[in-house]
Amino acid sequence: MLANRALYAHRRLTNMAFIVLSIGAAIFGLIWLAFILGALLKEGISALSPTLFTEVTPPPGSQGGLSNAIVGSVMMSVLAVLAGTPIGLFAGTYLAEYGKHTRFAFVVRFVNDILLSAPSIVTGIFIYEVLVAPMHHFSGWAGVAALTVIVIPVVVRTTENMLLLVPHSLREAATALGAPMSFVIRSVTWKAAQAGIITGVLLAVARISGETAPLLFTALGNNLMSLKLNAPMASLPVVIFQYALSPYQDWHTLAWAGALLVTATVLTLSIIARLLENKQRN
Amino acid sequence: MADIALIDENALTARAQTTRRASRGDARFHFLTWLAAALVLLIFAGVISALVVGAIPAFEAFGFGFLTTEVWSPARERFGALASIYGTLVTSFLAMLVAVPVGIGIAIFLTELCPRMLRRPIGIAIELLAGIPSIIYGIWGLFVFAPWFQEHIQLPVISATTGIPVIGTLFGGSAYGIGVVTASLILSIMILPFISAVTRDVFETVPAMLKEATYGLGCTTWEVMWRVVLPFSRSGVVGGAMLALGRALGETMAVTFVIGNAHKIDSSLFAPGTTISATIANEFTEATTELYTSSLISLGLVLFFITFVVLACAQLMLRSLEQRAGK
Repeated sequence: MLANRALYAHRRLTNMAFIVLSIGAAIFGLIWLAFILGALLKEGISALSPTLFTEVTPPPGSQGGLSNAIVGSVMMSVLAVLAGTPIGLFAGTYLAEYGKHTRFAFVVRFVNDILLSAPSIVTGIFIYEVLVAPMHHFSGWAGVAALTVIVIPVVVRTTENMLLLVPHSLREAATALGAPMSFVIRSVTWKAAQAGIITGVLLAVARISGETAPLLFTALGNNLMSLKLNAPMASLPVVIFQYALSPYQDWHTLAWAGALLVTATVLTLSIIARLLENKQRN
Repeated sequence: MADIALIDENALTARAQTTRRASRGDARFHFLTWLAAALVLLIFAGVISALVVGAIPAFEAFGFGFLTTEVWSPARERFGALASIYGTLVTSFLAMLVAVPVGIGIAIFLTELCPRMLRRPIGIAIELLAGIPSIIYGIWGLFVFAPWFQEHIQLPVISATTGIPVIGTLFGGSAYGIGVVTASLILSIMILPFISAVTRDVFETVPAMLKEATYGLGCTTWEVMWRVVLPFSRSGVVGGAMLALGRALGETMAVTFVIGNAHKIDSSLFAPGTTISATIANEFTEATTELYTSSLISLGLVLFFITFVVLACAQLMLRSLEQRAGK
């Protein structure tokens, strides 16, 4: 009887400790999020000003903004998404509609998921070897290529997942009406999975808006406003990296402002993507 | 009569033509999607061959001793990868040490303990951590976390452990703020959401009946989790953890900011060090000679190899789980 009670007390105590630790873990995770966002808002908002969008990155000790970096980031991201989306969409469609359980599809799926999580700095080296070294100069195009390589696996993964959610009866109904397979895919399956496919594209944009490592030695950077993709091009993440590691206070301030812009963009995109995904799943 | 037959025949050929055109379009579309899928493989092959070709000069000059030498001296053109490899493995290991238990704890909280109303918002908030770009962790780590860590953790720990054998050495030296432990902690925050997201999804595949039966026997929450849910979902949890490990190994910007870029293996964990990715990020554009560049690319090859093995294992574990779930 006594032993039983002791055992019960022991079990309750263990359970209590376990529950406290789990709750502690959740609070631990949330606290970091709060700390990081708090610091970003505190340092970033005070650094925000209209000149951020109108002036180029300054030499140390003088006033300036981030306009060239913003323009560079937007240009390279848009082009990378334009290039990567069709490839990712088609490859994802192949996996979900044609390849399915074939050996080839298995290998593509496997390799795609490796590329999805592979270190992005390696992507930078790859593009450096393929584009920058033969051309003998850094360029916006190389930056676009590096970002495209990152966009593709993200779009492939979400496209396949979302197409698999489309009910089979929908495809069967369209096929029974005599529609050829490619027509069924384009006009029925894609349409049914529209919100999900857009989710994938948004996630890809969110992912590349903050990517720094692959741009360091492809697009490099540029202290002037430049729209030439054949020349080195500035980008927000690279400017943040260079300015934060510099010894100058006004460069630190600009780095914080850039960090706030990047985070706001990324988080907004992620939240929209999540809402769209929920819409698709319901 | 003959007329009608003629019309019929025309209609037939027209229909045959339409069908043929449609099936040709079908084949073309099929081929295009196949081409895109093949392109994914081509990119992968391209990455590997670019790394291997770029690494050849360094391996010709140093042989496999490249992997086991600590010296990194651009001035004398002597390069060894050991300090970088050591830093990569140690920071990832320490990050996993923190992130795995905490990540699983969060997943348990979200699936078992959290009030239903808070479940979604907290889940989303934790996943937002995964969305924050690594450069943001870097700048925050450098300007906010490192100074705080230096003052409130490093200094007390160093003064408390001086003189104690082993532990005193591990936490010895000066409090720089930046260093191996700082980088590991920031890495652990970064990979936390990956672990908790995968673990939570895996926990949700555990049949409710199984859990209810265990609760029905009078088990506590801890006993249900430890003896039923965790054993049931083991391969998924391990897969999620390996996925996170793959991220930690390759993470560049967050680490580059706070590790200090010192090419040496220090006995103290508080000392500055470097990782493969941090070395590449810091030095690639400064590399002036072919041998220097090639050594950095070799580092990239080593990193790609390590992450490939880890990620491949992660995938195989998660795939087997998917198959069991009856997909």
